[in-house]
This record gives sequence, C-alpha cells and structure tokens, in this order.
Amino acid sequence: MKGSNEDSAQSVNGSSIKITDVTQDGDTLTFAITSQKSSSSAGVCVFRTYEDFEWLQQGLFSQEDVPGLQGVIFPPLPSKPLPSTSLSQAKALKQLGFLALGDEWMIYCKALELYLQQVAAHTTLSKSKALYSFLNSSESPGKQCGKKGILNRLSQAMEEMRKEGHKDVDEFFQSERDSSTNLSALFKLSTEKFLDVVLNKQRLALACGHFSTSLHLCVNQDNPTAVAFSKICLKLSDIIEAVKINYEKVSDNDISTLGLGLDLESRYQEAKREMLFRRTCKLVELETANRNSERAKPNKKAIMEGVQKATQKEFDIISSVAKQEIEHYHRDRVSLLRDFLICWCEKQLSTARESSALLSQHLDACKKFAV
Amino acid sequence: MAASSERSPPPFPESEEQELEHDLEEDEEDSEEGADIFTGGTLSDSAMDPPLPVSSSEPPKDIFSEPPADTFKDPLNKTSAEKAASGGLSKAQAAVPVKVAADEELDDLFSDSLGESGAAPVTDAKIAPLLDLGEEPQKSDVIKKGAGKDDASTEVLSAPQNDVIKKDIFEEPPKGAAKDLPTDIKDGNAAGKKPASTDLFGDDDDEDLFKEPLGAMTKKPQGSLFTEAKSEAKAARPEQSNSAAADLFTEEAFTVTPVVAAAKSSVNTSSKTNGLHSDEEDLFAEATVELSLDSPHNDRRKREAAKPSAPAPSLSASASTSKPQPKTLEELEEEEKEDTFDLNISVTNPEKVGDGMNAYMAYKVSTQTSLSMFRSKQFTVRRRFSDFLGLYEKLSEKHAQNGYIVPPPPEKSILGMTKVKVGKEDPSSAEFVERRRAALERYLHRVVSHPSLLQDPDVREFLEKEELPRAVSTQALSGAGFLKMINKATDAVSKMTIKMNESDVWFEEKLQEVESEDQQLRKLHAMVESLVNHRKELSVNTAMFAKSVAMLGSSEDNTALSRALSQLAEVEDRIEQLHQDQASNDFFIFAELLADYIRLLGAVRACFDQRMKAWQRWQDAQNMLQKKRETEAKLLWANKPDKLQQAKDEIVEWEAKVSQYEREFERVSATVRKEVIRFEKEKSRDFKKQIIRYLESLLQSQQQLIKYWEAFLPEAKAIA
Repeated sequence: MKGSNEDSAQSVNGSSIKITDVTQDGDTLTFAITSQKSSSSAGVCVFRTYEDFEWLQQGLFSQEDVPGLQGVIFPPLPSKPLPSTSLSQAKALKQLGFLALGDEWMIYCKALELYLQQVAAHTTLSKSKALYSFLNSSESPGKQCGKKGILNRLSQAMEEMRKEGHKDVDEFFQSERDSSTNLSALFKLSTEKFLDVVLNKQRLALACGHFSTSLHLCVNQDNPTAVAFSKICLKLSDIIEAVKINYEKVSDNDISTLGLGLDLESRYQEAKREMLFRRTCKLVELETANRNSERAKPNKKAIMEGVQKATQKEFDIISSVAKQEIEHYHRDRVSLLRDFLICWCEKQLSTARESSALLSQHLDACKKFAV
Repeated sequence: MAASSERSPPPFPESEEQELEHDLEEDEEDSEEGADIFTGGTLSDSAMDPPLPVSSSEPPKDIFSEPPADTFKDPLNKTSAEKAASGGLSKAQAAVPVKVAADEELDDLFSDSLGESGAAPVTDAKIAPLLDLGEEPQKSDVIKKGAGKDDASTEVLSAPQNDVIKKDIFEEPPKGAAKDLPTDIKDGNAAGKKPASTDLFGDDDDEDLFKEPLGAMTKKPQGSLFTEAKSEAKAARPEQSNSAAADLFTEEAFTVTPVVAAAKSSVNTSSKTNGLHSDEEDLFAEATVELSLDSPHNDRRKREAAKPSAPAPSLSASASTSKPQPKTLEELEEEEKEDTFDLNISVTNPEKVGDGMNAYMAYKVSTQTSLSMFRSKQFTVRRRFSDFLGLYEKLSEKHAQNGYIVPPPPEKSILGMTKVKVGKEDPSSAEFVERRRAALERYLHRVVSHPSLLQDPDVREFLEKEELPRAVSTQALSGAGFLKMINKATDAVSKMTIKMNESDVWFEEKLQEVESEDQQLRKLHAMVESLVNHRKELSVNTAMFAKSVAMLGSSEDNTALSRALSQLAEVEDRIEQLHQDQASNDFFIFAELLADYIRLLGAVRACFDQRMKAWQRWQDAQNMLQKKRETEAKLLWANKPDKLQQAKDEIVEWEAKVSQYEREFERVSATVRKEVIRFEKEKSRDFKKQIIRYLESLLQSQQQLIKYWEAFLPEAKAIA
C-alpha cells in the first residue's frame, strides 16, 4: 500500500470491472480484465490466470490490519476451471455446475466478473492491497503464493465436523446458522435440479436437431407426389429446427440468468456459512478461555483473564462485523436474486414470444400448403 | 341449359378407353346421330339436349367412381389438344369438333336455351359435352334413341334411377325458363321420359357401381344447373311439379350461384379460342370443390326422393377392378382427387368387459353420416378389439388379392393387454388403452376413406350391425406375427423379383421407393421416440425443480422472495404439465403417425406382392400353353388325328386362361398403380394434417408459456 491518502484514489469502480476476453492455452485459461478507478476515466487492462484469482482470495483472507476480518463474508471464488479436453464434460459439470456451460467459458467469466465486482464493492475488502495489485500490476502475482489453501481447507473441514453443532450464545447467530445450513442445502439442491432441467433441454434440442436432419433425408424429387411429400418433410424439418432453436435459446437464458444466479447464491450461502463457522470457532475459543480463567490458579489468573478479555473483545468485534455483514448480505442477495429472476423471466418471455410468432408463421405457411 | 351443362362433371375417364374403344367407334357414329337428333330435339324440345351426346360414349361407372377433377380435366385437355382424334373422347366431343354442322346446331341449341350470344355456344358446346354426366346421355339414349341404343347405354351407363328423376326435373326448369314453353308440355315430356328411363335403369340397378361421394358430385352439378336455370328464368314451376327434386335444388341454389357465375364468365372468355383451357380448368376445379362440399347431402336427398329403398350399390371389387385399363401416370394421378364425404366415425369409451384373463376392452364406435348407404344418420355399436382385426381379415381376404392396399389394424399387444387385464388403475395401462383407442379410430378412418372399401358390405356391417359374429383366428393374423408374415412374403417375393423381368419401370422404381421409405420412416420413428423420451424426462426434471423451488420458498426468510419463489414453483409446475402435454402430442401426432405408415407400407408391399403373384400365374399359364402347343406339333408330326383334337381343345382352353391371367395381371397392375398413387396422396395429406395439428399444439403451449411468464414477471418485480 502506498499510503492511506491514496486509498480513495486507488479504489476501483466496482461496476467498471469487466472480463473482456478469455484465451485458452493448454490447461490454462487467461482472462483479460479491465477496470477503471473511480477517480479517473482511464481504464486498466491486465491478464490473469485462475492462480492469480486464488492468490487474490488468499490475500483477502490473510489481511492482518483489519479488525473483525473473520466476521466478513468473503465473496466466493468459483472453483478451478477445467479446460482440459482430456477431462470429460461430466466431470466438469459435476465440479462447476452451471459455470461449465455456455460457449467459450462465457458463464465462468461472468461468475469471475461478479466475484471481482463484489470484492470491489465490499467496504472492507475493496481497500485491500491485494485487490489493487491484482487489478493494476502488470505482473502476474499468483506465482508468488504457495498452495496452503488446500491444507487450510482440509483442517477446516475436520474442525467443522466438531464445531458445527456447537450451541451459540447469541440467538440471532444461532438462527442464522440454522437457516443458513438449511438454505444452503436447498439452494444446492435447486441448482442441481435446475441444471438437470437445462441439460435436458439441451439434449432435447440435440434430438430435435437429429430429427430435423433426418427429415432432410426423406426428400425425393422423382415425381410430383413425392415432391409434395418432400416439401412437407422439409417444412416439418424447418419447424423442428425452430423448436430446436427455441430450446437452445431457452436453455441459454436459463444458464445466463437464473442458473448463474442460483450458482452464485449457493456459493454465497457457503461463504456465509464459512464466516459463521469462523465466528463459532472464535466462540469456542472464547468459552475455553472463560473456563480457563475461572479454573485458573490465582497466580495465573491475571494472565488468563487477560487472554479471556482479549478473546472476548475480538469475538465481540467479529460478532458485530458479522451482524453487519449478514444484514448487508441479506439485502444484497435479495436484490441480486430479484434481478436474476426478472432478467430470466423477461428473457423467457421474449423467447416464447419470438418462437410463437415464428410458429404461427409456419402454421400459416402450412395451411396454405397445397397437397 | 348451357350453363347447367358446364356444371355437370364430365364422366369420362380415360381408363375406359381401351375397353370401350371398339364401342367408341360406334359411339362416335352414334354421337353424330345423337347430335343430329339433339339438334332436332333442341329445336322442338328444349335446351337439355346438347349434353346428351357426351355421356353415351362413356361408361357411367367410371364417372361415378372417379373424382370429378379428373373428369373435368381430361375432357378439357383432350378437346383442346386432340379434339376428335382421341378415341377416348366422348361422342359429343368428337362430334362437335369434327362436324361443323353439329356445332352450328349446338350453337343454335344453346343460344335458344340460354339466350346467350353466338360466341358462347361454341365453348358451351365443348364444355357441355365435357362436363356432362352420364345422366344426360342416358336420357338421350333412352328417350330418343330408344331400344336400339339401350343395350349400349345400359352397358355404358349404370345410372341409378334417381338420375332419371333428376334429369326430368332438370329438363323442366330450363325449358320453362329459357324457352318459355308451356309448362304442360314440359310436364308431359317429363312424364313421358320418366317411365322409359326408369325401366332402363331399373335393369341397371343391379350393376350399380355408383360410389357415394362421386355420385354425389355428379348429381350436384345438375342441381346447380338447375338453380342457375331457375335463377335466370325465375321459374317457380319446377319446384311445384317435382317437389322432391325441386327442394333439393332450391337448397343448393344459394351456394351454387357464385360458382355458376364464375363458370359463365370463364365460358365467355374461353369461347373465343380453344387455347383458354387453363381458365376452364381452374374454373372447374373451383366448382368441384364447392360442389363436393355439399354433395353427400344432396346425394342422399336425391336418392331418398328417387327410391329410398334402393339398396346402396356395392361397388364390388370385381366391378371396379375390371374397369381400370392401362392409363398414363398423369391421368392416374389426376384421378385421385379429394373426395369429401360426410362420414364421421369416432371410437370412444373404452371399457373393460369381464374379469381376469378373459377380460377384453370394448369400444364404442359411433358413426355420423348422411350417406344413404347407411340406414340412419347416426348409430353406435360396441366392438371389441378382435372385431377390428376380424374386419381387417375379411377385407384383406377380399381385396388384397386385387391389389388394394387394405389398411392394417393396430397390432395386438399381449403385454399391454395383460397389464390392462391384471392391473386395476395404472397410468401406463391407461395410456395403452388411449393409444389403442386412437389407433383404432385412425384405422377405421383409413378404411372408410378408401372409396372401394367403404362399399364393402362388411364395413357397413361393422359400423351398423348390433351384434357381430365373434371373429375367430385373429390371433394368428395380428401383432408381430402378422408383420413377420409380411416380411417373409416380401423376402420370398424379392427372390421372385429377380426372375421377373419387370416390364414396367414404374413398378420397379416404386417398389424401391417403398423400401427406402420404410427405412427412413423407421429411422424417423426412432428419432421421435427419443424425442418423446427426452420430453418426458424434461417434464420429470421440471417437476423436481419445481419441488425444490417450493421447498426453497417455504424456508426462505425474506417474505417477498419466499412468495416469489412459491409462485415460481407453481409456474414450474404448470410448465411441467406443458412439457408432459407436449410429450404426448409428440407421441400421438408423430410417433403414432409414423408407426401407422410403417404398417401401411407393409400393406403397400403386400399389394406389390399380389401383382407379382398375378404375373407368376400368367407366366405359368403361358409356359403351359407353350407345352401344349409343342404336344400338338408332335402329334401333328406323328399324325395322330384322334389325339390332335384333344390337344387343340387344350390349347384353346389354355389360350383362354393365358388371356384371362394376362387381363388379371393387367387389372391388378392398374389397381396397384392407382392404389399406390392414392396412398401417396393420402400420405401427404395425412402428414400435412398432422403437422398442422402439431404446430397448433406447439403454438398453444408457447402461448401458454407466455401467459405464465407474464403472470410471473410482476411477482419477480415485487421482490423488495
């Protein structure tokens, strides 16, 4: 960080962050990210790989000078993309869900873009040094960081098993934890189901395509009757093609709106749970400290109380930050989901209108068809 | 009268040409005579005469059995192109172009009757003969030529009695209107003619070949004629004198007049040159369509008026098959003109009868018709599945050997039926029953839409009779076994094909077409099946998604969001229903259509086989004849006069057989040709119909979708 007075100048206009391009080189995807500082209109363009994103996320986790960092809901980073062709589509789907769909990683880029925007829009995280260098440094920062993330996750998972059921002292957090666990499972389920629906629509579009192609094979120009029949077949082929295109459009709409929204939401729920879990860990720590200070022998009591007080203070800060974060998150997610739903609905509506107009054209043409 | 003559479809199919060729020569002479007579008659009598010559040369059977378009076109084309040259032309036509005198006479006729200008008559004369039905010729023959012609005319014309009456009716108005002749005279004429004609026709009733739809068409035109005459002359007379007929005509009057007007205008234009035939064709096509719409009704009424008790003429296979002679392809194709008829059959109310393994499904077969061949307009019978199979068996026994494509019934499904028998309420068995019901309905539709099969007494019995004798041995014929049999037969025949040096390329090509089409349809069927499966899957997935969204909605804390999610769940539920409907639409419209046609193609192949068999018989007979001749030669050489006579007799016998088999082969070939063309037209029409249905269903579901989304959008926007 260069100086606190430059903070505001450095802060990036969240909505200006765009991923404009993605190139694939072997197993590596490189994203072109453009952004604008809120103070100037000049844009910056950098190239980042997924490792750089991981580095950024790690950097956000490990900020040292932010009080109550553990109470922050970190915007969730999508999982690692699997561009390698050696991996089957099915595996990519399993790991990435909706993000694996769409042409040329469009949806994945969109998700990363959303991630960056959310980081930039976050009151605490937007000040982070890591974000600044991520968006501005021409060098790739990702290579500097080790892979401790995985180890962390593993140990976290172990702890989670133990502490998940820990009773909370605060009713607000207790209910948040419960509902979060519940909702995150439900969102995951819905996302999966929706993914099934979308995949099914894609298969249907494919089947329509096959059908329409094989109708072309029925064409026979030998005699007038056959020509008439061939015309009918071609007409039907056109119609099935229209149906196919309709399904493609509908599934694209599904992916780019509600699919992305549900995916983001379920990842966010996960992030929230992680935050709550971090807080719970702190709570456990605090309670241990409390017990220790009570049981402590008089000679150690002062130290124990000191520890207990420090932990208590830390826990209070975390709790208050968490409370704010949760409220903020609730507002955000509702408006986010609302936008996705509206967008989805509008797209579906326009697609349905288009296709119904097209179909009625076909119908008219068909009725005029002399046989 | 001239106008009226335009209306009536010209009865004459080229198919008769060969059969009648020898007749024609005579006929031509006759026609000339007839023309003379007519002209004479015209002067004295009335306008009705001009049309007479036409029909005398043509056999009425054809007229009736063949669609009007055909009749219209043929005569026109011919008149324009070859005029008198073509042997198949009607006497009248021949007479008109050839004999200038005749034309003039006709002109006179027309001008008198219609009061039109001199230009019109020429065309009128031409058109009139072309269009004229067999009825008029009959009249002329009967009335004017007397007994001498009767033989010829009876052979040629098998017109029912109603026709006679119609003619009479018909004659009267024009006379009264155009000529202002005393009504008394008209009546007198009518009366005088009636008896004579009825006698004649009474004889002919037996061989009545008359098919309903066609007959209707032929009659209709007259009606229109009549109305025209009426409207022009505004003579109320005919109605009173001939009440039944008059009613008929009055009814028609409104619908017909525009057509008549059109006809007239075109006539005028065409009067200038011969080259304007296209106009005429259009005109007639138009006219035909309109006429055909009302025709059955008209037909029925006329029949009732004429002779309600007269048995509906059954067009026996032999009668119709004897008719087709080698024709050109175009003619055959033209022959297949849409025949609309008023016969609506529905298969409803599937009902399980009995218990256990002896249970069966009974279906209600309701028929709504105005065809006079049925006893009443509406009747309902209960039939079980094996009855349908029995009907098929009977029909194929009678008609398949003649080269007809007998529509195959749905296959017997032991698995499906066992489920129905055992299971109580199971969605899959309900689907099975519905699927079979629809298939049976389509099957019956196909049967009755075949003009020859409709005439079969078994069909009528099936539709009408309260109790049918229990069909036996349907087991062997139905289901997969049946298909296998066809396949076997086809294989056997394909071996034979190698031996048969196909004289007609058309058949060879068609057979190949049928084979490849079979492959294609099977492929398409598989595609549609997978499409249907995907749709079903989609509807299941959508339902699951809806369920999870509903759960999400119920555990969501934000009330607005929760509400919207619940709404979304409902929307998805409805969409699921849409997908389900679409799946069943896909299935019932396409999968079943394709399955039907795969079966039908089997029947088409079977009719090719029949032709092959006929050919085989003919060849065998020829070989036999060859042997007999060799024996004769040997005997001659050996000088054994006693055995020689026997050998000669045998040769004569085999010669007869050879020519008989040859005729049979020709006949079957012609029928197959006709049937295949009919089948193809039917197929195009069927597919078109189904595609429209499909499109409508697609469109409807899209519109439904739009409604759902439109309803949901405000809900989404309402999320705070």
